[in-house]
Amino acid sequence: MDAQIAAILAIDGIATGAIYVLIGLGFVLIFAVTRVIFVPFGDIVSFTVLTLASLEMRRLPGTIGLVIALAGLASLMEIVAKLRARECHLIPRTILCFLVLPLLPAAAVWLLSGAPLAMPSRIVLSLALILPIAPLLDRVAFRPIADGSILLLLIVSVAIHFALVGLGLLFFGPEGVRTQPLSDAVLEIAGLTVSAQTLLIVAASIVFSGLLFLFFDFSLTGKALQATALNRTGARLVGIRPASTGTAAYLLASALAGISGVLIGPATTIFYDSGFLIGLKAFVGAIIGAMASYPMTALGAVFVGLLESFASFWSSAFKEVIVFGLLIPVLLWRSLTLTADTDESTEE
Amino acid sequence: MTARQQRLISVGAILLLAVAPALLSPFKITLLNFIGIYTLAVLGLVLLTGVGGMLSFGQAAFVGIAAYATAWACAIHGHSPWLGLVLAVVLVCGIAALLGAITLRLEGHFLPLSTIAWGLAIYFLFGNIDALGHFNGIGDIPPISIGAVALRSSVQIFYLIWAVVIAALYLCGNLLASREGRALRALRGGRIMVESLGINSFRIKVATFVIAALLSALSGWLYAHMGRFVSPAPFDVNAGILYLLMAMVGGMEHLLGAVVGATIVTLLRNTIQDVLPLIAPGVSGQLETVVFAVLFVVLLQRARTGLLPFLLRWLPQLEPSRPISAPPMARRRQPMKGVPLLSVEGVERRFGGLLAVNDVSFELKAGEILGLIGPNGAGKSTMFNLITGVLRPDRGRIRFLDVDITRRPQREIARAGIARTFQHVKLRPRMTLLDNVLLGIYPRTRAGFLAGALRLDRAEESQARYEAIRLLQRVGLAERAFESAGTLPLGSQRLLEIARALAADPMLLVLDEPAAGLRRTEKLDLARLFENLRAQGLTVLVVEHDMDFVMGLVDRTVVMDFGSKLCEGLPTEIQADPRVQEAYLGGVV
Amino acid sequence: MKRVLQIAALIAGAAMTASIAHAEIKVGFVTSLSGPGASIGIPYGRGIRAAIEYADNVGDQKINLIQLDDGSDPSAATRNARKLVEEDKVDLLIGTSSVPSTMAMMAVASELKVPMIAISPVNVPASERDRWGIAVPQPPSLMVSVVIDRMKRDGVKNVAYIGFSDAWGDLVYNGAKKAADAGEINLLTNERYARTDTSVTGQVLKIVATHPDAVLIGGSGTQGALPLLALAERGYKGRLDGTPALLNPDFVRLSGKAAEGILVSAGPTIVAEQLPDTHFSKKISMIFREAHQKANGHVPTDGFSAYSFDAWLIFLDAAKRALSQAQPGSPEFRAALRDAIFTTKELIGTHAIYNFEPGASYGVDERGLVIVRLVDGKWTYEP
Repeated sequence: MDAQIAAILAIDGIATGAIYVLIGLGFVLIFAVTRVIFVPFGDIVSFTVLTLASLEMRRLPGTIGLVIALAGLASLMEIVAKLRARECHLIPRTILCFLVLPLLPAAAVWLLSGAPLAMPSRIVLSLALILPIAPLLDRVAFRPIADGSILLLLIVSVAIHFALVGLGLLFFGPEGVRTQPLSDAVLEIAGLTVSAQTLLIVAASIVFSGLLFLFFDFSLTGKALQATALNRTGARLVGIRPASTGTAAYLLASALAGISGVLIGPATTIFYDSGFLIGLKAFVGAIIGAMASYPMTALGAVFVGLLESFASFWSSAFKEVIVFGLLIPVLLWRSLTLTADTDESTEE
Repeated sequence: MTARQQRLISVGAILLLAVAPALLSPFKITLLNFIGIYTLAVLGLVLLTGVGGMLSFGQAAFVGIAAYATAWACAIHGHSPWLGLVLAVVLVCGIAALLGAITLRLEGHFLPLSTIAWGLAIYFLFGNIDALGHFNGIGDIPPISIGAVALRSSVQIFYLIWAVVIAALYLCGNLLASREGRALRALRGGRIMVESLGINSFRIKVATFVIAALLSALSGWLYAHMGRFVSPAPFDVNAGILYLLMAMVGGMEHLLGAVVGATIVTLLRNTIQDVLPLIAPGVSGQLETVVFAVLFVVLLQRARTGLLPFLLRWLPQLEPSRPISAPPMARRRQPMKGVPLLSVEGVERRFGGLLAVNDVSFELKAGEILGLIGPNGAGKSTMFNLITGVLRPDRGRIRFLDVDITRRPQREIARAGIARTFQHVKLRPRMTLLDNVLLGIYPRTRAGFLAGALRLDRAEESQARYEAIRLLQRVGLAERAFESAGTLPLGSQRLLEIARALAADPMLLVLDEPAAGLRRTEKLDLARLFENLRAQGLTVLVVEHDMDFVMGLVDRTVVMDFGSKLCEGLPTEIQADPRVQEAYLGGVV
Repeated sequence: MKRVLQIAALIAGAAMTASIAHAEIKVGFVTSLSGPGASIGIPYGRGIRAAIEYADNVGDQKINLIQLDDGSDPSAATRNARKLVEEDKVDLLIGTSSVPSTMAMMAVASELKVPMIAISPVNVPASERDRWGIAVPQPPSLMVSVVIDRMKRDGVKNVAYIGFSDAWGDLVYNGAKKAADAGEINLLTNERYARTDTSVTGQVLKIVATHPDAVLIGGSGTQGALPLLALAERGYKGRLDGTPALLNPDFVRLSGKAAEGILVSAGPTIVAEQLPDTHFSKKISMIFREAHQKANGHVPTDGFSAYSFDAWLIFLDAAKRALSQAQPGSPEFRAALRDAIFTTKELIGTHAIYNFEPGASYGVDERGLVIVRLVDGKWTYEP
């Protein structure tokens, strides 16, 4: 391997890593606020790409069915809850939030899917369509067990991931897609070719990790979100509503997932089940960041990308073995350098 | 329900299984075979994750290693399947011991992630090794033979599989009721309490990990010789997740939950496969996972801890067996009264910029009750943590009976003869009072995992149980011996902790604010216990806040303030000392 | 009393019709409709639907086709095979879309003594004395050797390989390795990548560094395009070769210009309308297309569905002969069906002309493969 090849591999690794960064940030965001390890996050990214690709091919994306079903179910559950709590006057607002708002983009897509659309409109429509999915999933699946153990939340999260994969196969078939690139330009930096798309992804990941870091550590809303994760009861005592902070986190993360999808779609082929393994590697990055620090998550994700790139050159058949095998010492190191404050977890 | 009735029900269930092949169609027997094989792997998960609290996605990888080991030995090298079993078990347990030693020190999320990491690494290893047939797998695996009979058909291997499952359930049940099993059950909720009782929590974690791997090995061996074909696909992360799903749905903390979970998941998938084409022909294949996942989520929302606990609520409770009298356990030889027992010399401890303990020295003689008092924030609890090994001093020395214990870990100090209670009571609220006290007896007993599983520890166990019930009598809690510790009021919880500390037969009893938060009657009970202890000649070091309570009980007092020792002497002297009055009240009275 | 007699008569009548209903041939079909193998499994499913549209009876015996999904999991394939035989009592098993799952099903078939037609390329283990299974597709070694023959014809010597890290990638590599060992080509690399990978830069860099004359692709479906795109990015302008696994419209769509000119061995059916009328496959391929259109709403665009159809043809031919010996639903019929399958002679299918004999899993020869080239997004016959 000479310097040229090493440079190419490094760029490739950073490009892959940047994809993992965006998704890793989403994991940390949701976990930091809801204690849920939202495994389906990767699937939402895939759904964004597949929806966008469907619109490009002027086909009606099956995502609509999912959004409508979830909106209906969530509204029903909310209405029942409001009736039980005798808060009937809040029902119109509930219907607005849980039924009308998610259905608006669905209706738009229904009407416009067959027509030729400009790229910005396609992107906006796809984003608007997938945005409600995660908050609605939260309402339907996680809210009833919101104070359950982390293990319970994780298992339910995994089950939802399986459901989304199955639905992805149903809606979009087994073949993969690539969306049209936002920019076809190719730049030359120091004698190496780098596509503008890659630069866009890297730039986005830097911007978003910075923004999230600032938001959570320096803004009141961000701190409120963090407080809910650490202690729901304590948060409620100071006037924070865990339910709405949860929804806010999911919406924010959905936006992140959508943008990741739009950026990743042109760079790599996405299948109905791509979300999982990509999500897993991004998750590793999140763990290296101890599920708490955004800059560390970004570094961790880039590290995984670089590891993959060089391992694939060194011995492609054993690439996964190397990547996951080398992870263990990293985890060991990370676990030891973190202060052990997790010792006295409450017996449940 | 008495133990006898429970035994009858178990025998009935086993008989039902024995005649199942005559009653059910061959495919149902096939399903039961798969259920049995999954149950073994899930049983390991119940022990590891449900009881021990260590989340692992790697059981499927161990199943795979065993399956490949026996396939390699039998199909490629022509050995007998029994040799394959030996190879599988040795290989899996060895790898598990190694992986466990490396990764079980990880806390929090790092452990499950590491299990995913090596689970994936092992899976990809299977597909890339030439000798293992790459991704095309190894076929033509011979069936297991018992004597002259080759277990070729579903019915024949059915008996072997379920015999192994029943044996595994029996042995694991024995294990959980034994000494090491108790220690395993106590792991969830934090290391500090467990280590303070002299239990080596890391050793128990690794042992449990290896046991879980062993169960997976059995599962893999049976799988290979049942299907007679292995490939990497059934051993990937999805399989690991599926086992976790089965454990969760059945009831993670009960051994039978493994059977229930494996049964529900297998039958559910089979039923969905049958029913779905009638409802949605054409797309039924893709919908199967979706329907399964949705049903699963709904089930978990209704029964969070799984189906088995849900069902158990409708069944009558099992009557516990009262401990029968047994010969008393060996007691430690207490040191002569007046001999220097504990000496603290110039001990210092910082937390960042805060000097919590500043050059404190005092001595404790055998047979005396010493009170360590001082206002809030004086550094008393820190001092305690330093003495018992929870924290390490930055400077100074602590000696116990002429042995330097300054840098020793908690459990060594506990075994040397110092037993403690905690300022915030550390019990296992879901274990019974008797079990909590039995945890204290751990260092005085010796039965290991194997002895526990095979019930070779009956004599030692009955001795320990009898001792535990006597200790409960001593603190006045014997009538509630079989209730959960979490149902006790705070005062009784403190008494229980003291009983547990006494159970270790210590030379020095260290009590951290035992009267905090107690009502008046509870304080009277506690005072009475103190008199009892003094009459017994036990050495006690007590930290307390409540001057009234402590003054009548202790022989001598050491006063701390702002991390330093203020003065020491008899209670009456201390009460009159103006410096003490100033520290407590802010001025001379 | 009259009421009771009426009900009894009804029940007896139902029982009789149930037993009459047994007099049909039951066929069990397993494929991967979900999971990683779905991209191949779903076309197989479409093929069998075309097949039953083409012929749903043999003589006066109706055929009852039962389809199950194995989710790309060999354990599920085993369970499905057992279910089909032990509960549904099928006379024949057809399946499935991944090699390990097919091998697992074969083991069940020979244990329960039911004939099986495999639609994935498998080698039935030689040690089984009682053979119960055959494989329809061209053996992978044949698929690769046809490509290599063309390479030899065109004077290509140095070949680099990149393929999936799964059973299929193994099979293609082994085929190429055999040719390399025989001195026909120089096999330069054995690069692998996973179906879910986002980048193969490392692998492609290594390939480009070896300056090969041709690159052999061991992938399938859409992900087969990934190395081609990466090679194009690196400026590789050399020859590209592949196997029938790449005959997939999404592969063509995704690879775009990067795959222009790739040479692939294929069953003749893929270019049916370009074949001369005298070609053996022409007529039956057109019939297959029609049946596929009727059953699925579009003409076949891949090579896999035709394997299911050919399996059906073999079955129909063998069943005709077996019916003269025994009644369906009986062990004798299954044995007779098996014997008839193994004595298939010169049966014309869409992919090949089939000749089976006891002791061999495959029944095709070089007539079963042609070379096609991708020109402007269309597969073109290159005789």
